Amino acid sequence: MTAKVVTVTSGKGGVGKTTAVANIAVALAARGQKVTCIDGDIGLRNLDVVMGLENRIVYDLVDVIEGRCRLRQAMIRDKRLPELFLIPAAQTRDKTAVSPSDMVRLCDELRPEVDWILVDSPAGIERGFKNSVAPADRVLVMTNPEVSAVRDADRVIGLLEADGKGPAALIINRLDPVMVRRGDMLSVDDVLDLLAIDLIGIVPEDEGVIVAANRGQPLTLDARNKAGLAFQNIARRLLGEQVPLLEFDSPNVLQRLLGRK
Amino acid sequence: MGEASSLFQIKGIRDGLLITLGGGDWPDLVDAFIENIDSRSAFFQGGRVALDVGARDLRVAELSVLRDRLSERGVSLWAVLSESPLTETTAQNLGLATRLAKPRPPQVPEVAQPLPEGTAKWIKGPLRSGGRVAYEGNVIVMGDVNAGAEIVAGGSIIVWGRLRGVVHAGAQGDESAVVCALEMVPTQLRIAGEIAVSPKKPGKSQPEVASLQDGHLTAEPWHKLTGR
Repeated sequence: MTAKVVTVTSGKGGVGKTTAVANIAVALAARGQKVTCIDGDIGLRNLDVVMGLENRIVYDLVDVIEGRCRLRQAMIRDKRLPELFLIPAAQTRDKTAVSPSDMVRLCDELRPEVDWILVDSPAGIERGFKNSVAPADRVLVMTNPEVSAVRDADRVIGLLEADGKGPAALIINRLDPVMVRRGDMLSVDDVLDLLAIDLIGIVPEDEGVIVAANRGQPLTLDARNKAGLAFQNIARRLLGEQVPLLEFDSPNVLQRLLGRK
Repeated sequence: MGEASSLFQIKGIRDGLLITLGGGDWPDLVDAFIENIDSRSAFFQGGRVALDVGARDLRVAELSVLRDRLSERGVSLWAVLSESPLTETTAQNLGLATRLAKPRPPQVPEVAQPLPEGTAKWIKGPLRSGGRVAYEGNVIVMGDVNAGAEIVAGGSIIVWGRLRGVVHAGAQGDESAVVCALEMVPTQLRIAGEIAVSPKKPGKSQPEVASLQDGHLTAEPWHKLTGR
Protein backbone atom coordinates (compact mmCIF):
# COMPACT_ATOMS: atom_id res chain seq x y z
CA MET A 1 0.00 0.00 0.00
CA THR A 2 1.14 3.47 -0.77
CA ALA A 3 -1.12 6.01 0.78
CA LYS A 4 -2.27 9.16 -0.90
CA VAL A 5 -1.96 12.17 1.36
CA VAL A 6 -4.93 14.51 1.08
CA THR A 7 -4.97 17.80 2.98
CA VAL A 8 -8.14 19.80 3.59
CA THR A 9 -7.50 23.50 4.06
CA SER A 10 -9.40 26.78 3.68
CA GLY A 11 -7.65 29.92 4.87
CA LYS A 12 -10.72 31.07 6.77
CA GLY A 13 -11.74 29.30 9.93
CA GLY A 14 -15.06 27.68 10.63
CA VAL A 15 -15.92 26.66 7.08
CA GLY A 16 -16.06 22.97 7.99
CA LYS A 17 -12.62 21.46 7.41
CA THR A 18 -12.70 19.19 10.43
CA THR A 19 -16.20 17.94 9.67
CA ALA A 20 -15.15 17.27 6.09
CA VAL A 21 -12.05 15.31 7.12
CA ALA A 22 -14.03 13.19 9.58
CA ASN A 23 -16.79 12.45 7.11
CA ILE A 24 -14.62 11.78 4.09
CA ALA A 25 -12.45 9.50 6.24
CA VAL A 26 -15.49 7.54 7.43
CA ALA A 27 -16.82 7.30 3.88
CA LEU A 28 -13.49 5.97 2.60
CA ALA A 29 -13.16 3.51 5.48
CA ALA A 30 -16.72 2.31 4.92
CA ARG A 31 -15.64 1.42 1.38
CA GLY A 32 -12.96 -0.88 2.71
CA GLN A 33 -10.09 1.61 2.52
CA LYS A 34 -7.52 1.85 5.27
CA VAL A 35 -7.50 5.47 6.41
CA THR A 36 -5.53 7.55 8.90
CA CYS A 37 -6.55 11.10 9.80
CA ILE A 38 -4.02 13.55 11.16
CA ASP A 39 -5.15 16.60 13.08
CA GLY A 40 -2.80 19.40 12.02
CA ASP A 41 -4.34 21.95 14.36
CA ILE A 42 -1.84 21.71 17.18
CA GLY A 43 -3.01 23.61 20.24
CA LEU A 44 -6.64 23.77 19.07
CA ARG A 45 -7.43 20.18 18.33
CA ASN A 46 -10.98 19.28 17.27
CA LEU A 47 -10.89 16.26 15.04
CA ASP A 48 -10.81 13.87 18.01
CA VAL A 49 -14.02 15.44 19.35
CA VAL A 50 -15.84 15.31 16.04
CA MET A 51 -14.81 11.66 15.62
CA GLY A 52 -15.79 10.88 19.21
CA LEU A 53 -12.31 9.64 20.15
CA GLU A 54 -11.35 12.34 22.62
CA ASN A 55 -11.23 10.06 25.67
CA ARG A 56 -8.92 7.54 24.02
CA ILE A 57 -5.97 9.85 23.44
CA VAL A 58 -2.76 8.71 25.09
CA TYR A 59 -0.09 9.90 22.66
CA ASP A 60 -0.33 12.61 20.02
CA LEU A 61 1.36 13.90 16.88
CA VAL A 62 4.01 15.86 18.77
CA ASP A 63 4.86 12.79 20.87
CA VAL A 64 5.57 10.89 17.66
CA ILE A 65 7.66 13.67 16.20
CA GLU A 66 9.65 14.18 19.37
CA GLY A 67 10.22 10.44 19.74
CA ARG A 68 8.26 9.81 22.93
CA CYS A 69 6.29 7.04 21.27
CA ARG A 70 6.13 4.99 18.13
CA LEU A 71 3.82 5.99 15.29
CA ARG A 72 1.57 2.99 15.95
CA GLN A 73 1.03 4.01 19.54
CA ALA A 74 -0.39 7.41 18.56
CA MET A 75 -2.85 5.92 16.07
CA ILE A 76 -6.27 5.67 17.71
CA ARG A 77 -8.59 3.12 16.17
CA ASP A 78 -12.13 4.28 15.42
CA LYS A 79 -14.99 2.85 17.49
CA ARG A 80 -16.98 1.55 14.54
CA LEU A 81 -14.60 1.20 11.61
CA PRO A 82 -11.55 -0.95 12.33
CA GLU A 83 -9.67 0.39 9.31
CA LEU A 84 -9.96 4.02 10.41
CA PHE A 85 -7.35 5.70 12.63
CA LEU A 86 -6.71 9.11 14.07
CA ILE A 87 -3.44 10.73 15.00
CA PRO A 88 -4.56 13.56 17.29
CA ALA A 89 -2.88 16.92 17.66
CA ALA A 90 -1.22 17.95 20.91
CA GLN A 91 -3.39 20.34 22.85
CA THR A 92 -0.73 21.74 25.17
CA ARG A 93 1.70 22.83 22.46
CA ASP A 94 1.57 25.16 19.47
CA LYS A 95 2.21 24.98 15.73
CA THR A 96 5.95 25.53 16.12
CA ALA A 97 6.29 22.11 17.79
CA VAL A 98 6.14 20.62 14.27
CA SER A 99 7.95 21.58 11.08
CA PRO A 100 6.88 20.89 7.48
CA SER A 101 9.71 18.37 7.11
CA ASP A 102 8.52 16.55 10.26
CA MET A 103 5.13 16.14 8.61
CA VAL A 104 6.67 14.86 5.39
CA ARG A 105 8.76 12.34 7.32
CA LEU A 106 5.81 11.18 9.41
CA CYS A 107 3.57 10.72 6.37
CA ASP A 108 6.32 8.87 4.52
CA GLU A 109 6.58 6.47 7.44
CA LEU A 110 2.83 5.99 7.40
CA ARG A 111 2.40 5.62 3.65
CA PRO A 112 3.15 1.88 3.38
CA GLU A 113 0.63 1.11 6.13
CA VAL A 114 -2.56 2.69 4.77
CA ASP A 115 -4.44 3.70 1.62
CA TRP A 116 -5.30 7.26 2.61
CA ILE A 117 -3.84 9.87 4.93
CA LEU A 118 -6.20 12.78 5.49
CA VAL A 119 -4.70 15.89 7.06
CA ASP A 120 -6.95 18.43 8.76
CA SER A 121 -5.26 21.79 8.32
CA PRO A 122 -5.79 24.65 10.77
CA ALA A 123 -7.18 27.95 9.52
CA GLY A 124 -4.71 30.60 8.43
CA ILE A 125 -1.75 30.60 6.10
CA GLU A 126 1.03 30.37 8.65
CA ARG A 127 3.03 27.53 10.13
CA GLY A 128 0.12 25.17 10.77
CA PHE A 129 -1.06 25.53 7.18
CA LYS A 130 2.46 24.98 5.85
CA ASN A 131 2.89 21.90 8.05
CA SER A 132 -0.37 20.41 6.83
CA VAL A 133 0.20 21.10 3.17
CA ALA A 134 3.86 19.98 3.03
CA PRO A 135 3.17 16.21 2.78
CA ALA A 136 0.09 16.54 0.56
CA ASP A 137 -0.28 14.75 -2.76
CA ARG A 138 -3.62 16.40 -3.20
CA VAL A 139 -5.11 19.49 -1.56
CA LEU A 140 -8.81 20.09 -1.12
CA VAL A 141 -9.66 23.73 -0.53
CA MET A 142 -12.86 24.26 1.36
CA THR A 143 -15.04 27.35 1.24
CA ASN A 144 -18.51 28.51 2.12
CA PRO A 145 -20.60 30.41 -0.40
CA GLU A 146 -19.79 33.77 1.16
CA VAL A 147 -17.49 36.51 -0.02
CA SER A 148 -14.97 36.48 2.82
CA ALA A 149 -14.48 32.70 2.74
CA VAL A 150 -14.09 32.76 -1.04
CA ARG A 151 -11.55 35.56 -0.79
CA ASP A 152 -9.46 33.52 1.67
CA ALA A 153 -9.80 30.41 -0.47
CA ASP A 154 -8.49 32.43 -3.40
CA ARG A 155 -5.45 33.45 -1.36
CA VAL A 156 -4.80 29.85 -0.31
CA ILE A 157 -5.14 28.58 -3.88
CA GLY A 158 -2.61 31.19 -4.94
CA LEU A 159 -0.18 30.07 -2.22
CA LEU A 160 -0.64 26.43 -3.22
CA GLU A 161 0.00 27.23 -6.86
CA ALA A 162 3.14 29.17 -5.96
CA ASP A 163 4.24 26.19 -3.89
CA GLY A 164 3.72 23.73 -6.72
CA LYS A 165 0.97 21.99 -4.74
CA GLY A 166 -1.72 22.67 -7.31
CA PRO A 167 -4.06 22.04 -8.86
CA ALA A 168 -6.22 22.08 -5.77
CA ALA A 169 -9.81 20.90 -5.85
CA LEU A 170 -12.67 22.82 -4.29
CA ILE A 171 -15.34 21.78 -1.80
CA ILE A 172 -18.19 24.22 -1.35
CA ASN A 173 -19.72 23.65 2.07
CA ARG A 174 -22.93 24.86 3.70
CA LEU A 175 -24.71 25.79 0.52
CA ASP A 176 -28.29 26.84 1.15
CA PRO A 177 -30.27 26.25 -2.07
CA VAL A 178 -33.17 28.38 -0.86
CA MET A 179 -30.94 31.38 -0.20
CA VAL A 180 -29.21 30.92 -3.54
CA ARG A 181 -32.59 30.86 -5.28
CA ARG A 182 -33.55 34.08 -3.51
CA GLY A 183 -30.28 35.61 -4.69
CA ASP A 184 -29.05 36.08 -1.12
CA MET A 185 -26.13 33.69 -1.38
CA LEU A 186 -23.35 33.16 -3.87
CA SER A 187 -24.23 30.30 -6.17
CA VAL A 188 -21.90 27.45 -7.08
CA ASP A 189 -21.31 29.12 -10.43
CA ASP A 190 -20.44 32.42 -8.75
CA VAL A 191 -17.83 30.72 -6.58
CA LEU A 192 -16.35 28.71 -9.43
CA ASP A 193 -16.29 31.82 -11.57
CA LEU A 194 -14.18 33.56 -8.94
CA LEU A 195 -11.85 30.75 -8.03
CA ALA A 196 -11.49 28.99 -11.38
CA ILE A 197 -10.50 25.56 -10.06
CA ASP A 198 -12.02 22.09 -10.24
CA LEU A 199 -14.95 21.28 -8.02
CA ILE A 200 -14.86 18.01 -6.11
CA GLY A 201 -18.00 18.42 -4.03
CA ILE A 202 -20.91 20.56 -2.93
CA VAL A 203 -22.21 20.03 0.59
CA PRO A 204 -25.60 21.48 1.50
CA GLU A 205 -26.30 23.30 4.77
CA ASP A 206 -27.59 20.71 7.20
CA GLU A 207 -28.48 20.87 10.88
CA GLY A 208 -27.58 17.22 11.18
CA VAL A 209 -23.91 18.13 10.83
CA ILE A 210 -23.89 20.04 14.11
CA VAL A 211 -25.84 17.35 15.92
CA ALA A 212 -23.53 14.64 14.62
CA ALA A 213 -20.38 16.58 15.52
CA ASN A 214 -21.63 17.16 19.05
CA ARG A 215 -22.32 13.47 19.45
CA GLY A 216 -19.00 12.51 17.96
CA GLN A 217 -20.69 10.47 15.27
CA PRO A 218 -19.82 11.34 11.67
CA LEU A 219 -23.03 11.67 9.71
CA THR A 220 -21.76 9.84 6.66
CA LEU A 221 -23.06 6.64 8.20
CA ASP A 222 -26.59 8.05 8.07
CA ALA A 223 -27.73 7.37 4.52
CA ARG A 224 -30.74 9.71 4.64
CA ASN A 225 -28.63 12.75 5.29
CA LYS A 226 -27.90 14.96 2.26
CA ALA A 227 -24.70 16.43 3.65
CA GLY A 228 -23.51 12.93 4.52
CA LEU A 229 -24.31 11.84 1.00
CA ALA A 230 -22.34 14.75 -0.38
CA PHE A 231 -19.28 13.72 1.67
CA GLN A 232 -19.67 10.14 0.48
CA ASN A 233 -19.66 11.42 -3.08
CA ILE A 234 -16.44 13.32 -2.43
CA ALA A 235 -14.87 10.11 -1.11
CA ARG A 236 -16.01 8.24 -4.22
CA ARG A 237 -14.56 10.94 -6.45
CA LEU A 238 -11.24 10.67 -4.58
CA LEU A 239 -11.36 6.95 -5.40
CA GLY A 240 -11.68 7.85 -9.05
CA GLU A 241 -15.38 7.23 -9.56
CA GLN A 242 -17.39 9.53 -11.78
CA VAL A 243 -20.22 10.72 -9.56
CA PRO A 244 -22.59 13.44 -10.71
CA LEU A 245 -23.03 16.42 -8.39
CA LEU A 246 -26.10 16.40 -6.19
CA GLU A 247 -29.01 18.46 -7.42
CA PHE A 248 -30.32 20.69 -4.65
CA ASP A 249 -31.73 23.62 -6.43
CA SER A 250 -33.91 22.08 -9.11
CA PRO A 251 -36.65 24.67 -9.45
CA ASN A 252 -40.17 23.53 -8.75
CA VAL A 253 -42.83 23.39 -11.41
CA LEU A 254 -44.33 26.79 -10.69
CA GLN A 255 -40.97 28.54 -10.84
CA ARG A 256 -40.14 26.73 -14.04
CA LEU A 257 -43.40 27.96 -15.56
CA LEU A 258 -42.58 31.49 -14.49
CA GLY A 259 -39.20 31.11 -16.09
CA ARG A 260 -37.33 31.68 -12.87
CA LYS A 261 -34.42 29.64 -11.69
CA MET B 1 38.84 82.76 -13.07
CA GLY B 2 42.39 81.99 -12.03
CA GLU B 3 41.69 83.14 -8.54
CA ALA B 4 38.55 81.09 -8.30
CA SER B 5 40.19 77.85 -9.38
CA SER B 6 42.73 78.08 -6.57
CA LEU B 7 39.84 78.20 -4.11
CA PHE B 8 38.09 75.15 -5.51
CA GLN B 9 38.43 72.47 -8.12
CA ILE B 10 35.66 71.12 -10.28
CA LYS B 11 35.77 67.58 -11.55
CA GLY B 12 33.24 65.61 -13.55
CA ILE B 13 32.31 62.28 -11.95
CA ARG B 14 29.75 59.59 -12.69
CA ASP B 15 27.17 61.15 -10.40
CA GLY B 16 27.60 64.73 -11.56
CA LEU B 17 30.25 67.17 -10.42
CA LEU B 18 32.71 66.85 -7.56
CA ILE B 19 33.73 70.20 -6.13
CA THR B 20 36.80 70.17 -3.92
CA LEU B 21 36.95 73.28 -1.78
CA GLY B 22 40.34 74.65 -0.80
CA GLY B 23 41.32 76.43 2.38
CA GLY B 24 40.13 79.83 3.43
CA ASP B 25 37.25 81.50 5.13
CA TRP B 26 33.96 79.61 4.56
CA PRO B 27 31.71 82.60 3.70
CA ASP B 28 34.29 83.91 1.20
CA LEU B 29 34.67 80.48 -0.30
CA VAL B 30 30.93 80.08 -0.71
CA ASP B 31 30.58 83.51 -2.25
CA ALA B 32 33.35 82.79 -4.73
CA PHE B 33 31.80 79.46 -5.60
CA ILE B 34 28.33 80.92 -6.11
CA GLU B 35 29.82 83.70 -8.19
CA ASN B 36 31.50 81.12 -10.36
CA ILE B 37 28.20 79.31 -10.82
CA ASP B 38 26.45 82.53 -11.77
CA SER B 39 29.11 83.28 -14.34
CA ARG B 40 28.67 79.84 -15.90
CA SER B 41 25.04 79.14 -15.16
CA ALA B 42 24.49 77.24 -18.40
CA PHE B 43 27.15 74.74 -17.33
CA PHE B 44 25.83 74.26 -13.80
CA GLN B 45 22.11 74.47 -14.52
CA GLY B 46 20.36 71.25 -13.47
CA GLY B 47 23.61 69.74 -12.26
CA ARG B 48 24.22 67.46 -9.32
CA VAL B 49 27.02 68.47 -7.08
CA ALA B 50 29.07 66.63 -4.48
CA LEU B 51 31.17 68.80 -2.23
CA ASP B 52 34.50 67.80 -0.71
CA VAL B 53 35.14 70.19 2.20
CA GLY B 54 38.26 68.53 3.60
CA ALA B 55 38.63 68.62 7.37
CA ARG B 56 36.42 71.68 7.75
CA ASP B 57 33.82 71.64 10.54
CA LEU B 58 30.44 72.69 9.18
CA ARG B 59 27.18 73.12 11.00
CA VAL B 60 23.65 72.71 9.75
CA ALA B 61 23.15 76.46 9.28
CA GLU B 62 26.21 76.77 7.08
CA LEU B 63 25.51 73.76 4.91
CA SER B 64 21.81 74.41 4.53
CA VAL B 65 22.43 78.00 3.44
CA LEU B 66 24.80 76.74 0.78
CA ARG B 67 22.34 74.09 -0.33
CA ASP B 68 19.57 76.67 -0.62
CA ARG B 69 21.73 79.08 -2.56
CA LEU B 70 22.68 76.26 -4.91
CA SER B 71 19.15 75.12 -5.43
CA GLU B 72 18.09 78.70 -6.22
CA ARG B 73 20.47 78.37 -9.13
CA GLY B 74 19.11 75.00 -10.25
CA VAL B 75 22.02 73.07 -8.81
CA SER B 76 21.30 70.20 -6.45
CA LEU B 77 23.71 69.36 -3.68
CA TRP B 78 23.50 65.63 -3.00
CA ALA B 79 26.67 64.75 -1.11
CA VAL B 80 29.18 66.31 1.24
CA LEU B 81 32.51 64.57 1.77
CA SER B 82 34.56 65.42 4.80
CA GLU B 83 37.12 64.06 7.21
CA SER B 84 35.39 65.94 9.99
CA PRO B 85 32.90 63.81 11.93
CA LEU B 86 30.91 66.93 12.77
CA THR B 87 30.48 67.83 9.12
CA GLU B 88 29.55 64.26 8.26
CA THR B 89 26.84 64.28 10.92
CA THR B 90 25.62 67.62 9.68
CA ALA B 91 25.39 66.32 6.13
CA GLN B 92 23.55 63.22 7.26
CA ASN B 93 21.10 65.32 9.25
CA LEU B 94 20.37 67.26 6.12
CA GLY B 95 19.75 64.01 4.24
CA LEU B 96 22.91 64.35 2.16
CA ALA B 97 25.18 61.49 1.21
CA THR B 98 28.64 61.40 2.74
CA ARG B 99 30.21 58.84 0.40
CA LEU B 100 30.33 58.90 -3.36
CA ALA B 101 29.86 55.16 -3.64
CA LYS B 102 26.60 55.33 -1.71
CA PRO B 103 23.44 55.08 -3.72
CA ARG B 104 21.90 58.35 -4.62
CA PRO B 105 19.57 59.86 -2.08
CA PRO B 106 15.96 59.17 -2.92
CA GLN B 107 14.66 61.77 -5.28
CA VAL B 108 11.24 62.89 -6.19
CA PRO B 109 10.49 60.59 -9.12
CA GLU B 110 10.56 62.47 -12.35
CA VAL B 111 7.50 62.37 -14.51
CA ALA B 112 7.87 59.20 -16.48
CA GLN B 113 8.62 59.48 -20.14
CA PRO B 114 6.28 57.69 -22.50
CA LEU B 115 7.48 54.13 -22.34
CA PRO B 116 9.35 52.65 -25.23
CA GLU B 117 7.75 49.69 -26.91
CA GLY B 118 8.53 46.28 -25.57
CA THR B 119 8.84 47.05 -21.88
CA ALA B 120 5.89 45.07 -20.60
CA LYS B 121 5.58 42.36 -18.02
CA TRP B 122 3.49 39.41 -19.03
CA ILE B 123 1.54 37.68 -16.26
CA LYS B 124 -0.23 34.40 -16.78
CA GLY B 125 -3.35 34.73 -14.66
CA PRO B 126 -5.33 34.45 -12.62
CA LEU B 127 -3.65 36.82 -10.20
CA ARG B 128 -5.18 35.73 -6.93
CA SER B 129 -5.78 37.44 -3.61
CA GLY B 130 -2.44 38.29 -2.00
CA GLY B 131 -0.65 38.33 -5.34
CA ARG B 132 1.27 41.53 -6.09
CA VAL B 133 2.97 42.68 -9.26
CA ALA B 134 5.10 45.80 -9.35
CA TYR B 135 6.83 46.78 -12.57
CA GLU B 136 8.18 50.03 -13.96
CA GLY B 137 6.82 49.35 -17.43
CA ASN B 138 3.46 48.15 -18.71
CA VAL B 139 1.76 45.11 -17.22
CA ILE B 140 -0.37 42.64 -19.13
CA VAL B 141 -2.36 39.99 -17.29
CA MET B 142 -3.77 37.09 -19.22
CA GLY B 143 -6.58 36.12 -16.87
CA ASP B 144 -8.55 37.56 -13.98
CA VAL B 145 -7.14 39.87 -11.34
CA ASN B 146 -9.04 38.84 -8.23
CA ALA B 147 -10.03 40.99 -5.29
CA GLY B 148 -7.13 41.20 -2.86
CA ALA B 149 -4.54 41.22 -5.65
CA GLU B 150 -2.55 44.35 -6.51
CA ILE B 151 -0.76 45.63 -9.60
CA VAL B 152 1.48 48.69 -9.60
CA ALA B 153 2.82 49.70 -12.99
CA GLY B 154 4.87 52.64 -14.19
CA GLY B 155 2.98 52.42 -17.45
CA SER B 156 -0.38 51.04 -18.48
CA ILE B 157 -2.17 47.92 -17.29
CA ILE B 158 -4.09 45.60 -19.55
CA VAL B 159 -6.18 42.83 -18.05
CA TRP B 160 -7.49 40.23 -20.42
CA GLY B 161 -10.07 39.08 -17.93
CA ARG B 162 -11.99 40.47 -14.99
CA LEU B 163 -10.35 43.20 -12.99
CA ARG B 164 -11.50 43.02 -9.37
CA GLY B 165 -8.35 43.90 -7.43
CA VAL B 166 -6.44 47.13 -6.88
CA VAL B 167 -4.47 48.57 -9.79
CA HIS B 168 -2.23 51.61 -10.06
CA ALA B 169 -1.16 52.65 -13.54
CA GLY B 170 1.33 55.44 -14.16
CA ALA B 171 2.55 54.98 -10.61
CA GLN B 172 5.47 57.35 -11.22
CA GLY B 173 3.24 60.10 -12.45
CA ASP B 174 2.59 59.19 -16.07
CA GLU B 175 -0.86 60.68 -16.62
CA SER B 176 -1.16 59.19 -20.08
CA ALA B 177 -1.27 55.66 -18.62
CA VAL B 178 -4.48 53.70 -19.10
CA VAL B 179 -6.10 50.64 -17.56
CA CYS B 180 -8.00 48.25 -19.81
CA ALA B 181 -10.02 45.24 -18.74
CA LEU B 182 -12.60 42.94 -20.26
CA GLU B 183 -14.67 43.55 -17.14
CA MET B 184 -13.83 46.64 -15.13
CA VAL B 185 -14.88 46.14 -11.51
CA PRO B 186 -11.73 47.05 -9.53
CA THR B 187 -11.74 47.42 -5.78
CA GLN B 188 -9.80 50.58 -6.43
CA LEU B 189 -8.29 52.11 -9.54
CA ARG B 190 -5.48 54.63 -9.59
CA ILE B 191 -3.84 56.44 -12.46
CA ALA B 192 -0.89 58.69 -11.55
CA GLY B 193 -2.18 60.61 -8.49
CA GLU B 194 -5.91 60.03 -8.98
CA ILE B 195 -7.90 57.39 -7.13
CA ALA B 196 -11.35 56.04 -7.91
CA VAL B 197 -13.55 53.14 -6.93
CA SER B 198 -15.73 51.49 -9.51
CA PRO B 199 -19.39 52.37 -9.25
CA LYS B 200 -21.81 49.49 -8.96
CA LYS B 201 -22.94 49.02 -12.51
CA PRO B 202 -26.01 47.02 -13.32
CA GLY B 203 -26.33 45.19 -16.56
CA LYS B 204 -23.99 43.38 -18.86
CA SER B 205 -20.31 43.96 -18.52
CA GLN B 206 -18.22 45.11 -21.40
CA PRO B 207 -14.56 45.82 -22.06
CA GLU B 208 -13.60 49.23 -20.78
CA VAL B 209 -10.69 51.61 -20.81
CA ALA B 210 -9.96 53.85 -17.85
CA SER B 211 -7.86 56.96 -18.33
CA LEU B 212 -7.31 60.45 -17.01
CA GLN B 213 -9.38 63.10 -18.79
CA ASP B 214 -8.66 66.64 -17.57
CA GLY B 215 -7.45 65.25 -14.27
CA HIS B 216 -10.51 63.05 -13.74
CA LEU B 217 -10.55 59.30 -13.87
CA THR B 218 -13.03 58.10 -16.43
CA ALA B 219 -13.89 54.68 -17.74
CA GLU B 220 -15.36 54.30 -21.18
CA PRO B 221 -16.62 51.25 -23.03
CA TRP B 222 -14.16 50.07 -25.60
CA HIS B 223 -16.73 49.97 -28.39
CA LYS B 224 -17.43 53.68 -27.95
CA LEU B 225 -13.76 54.51 -28.26
CA THR B 226 -13.37 52.50 -31.41
CA GLY B 227 -16.71 53.58 -32.84
CA ARG B 228 -17.85 50.01 -33.36
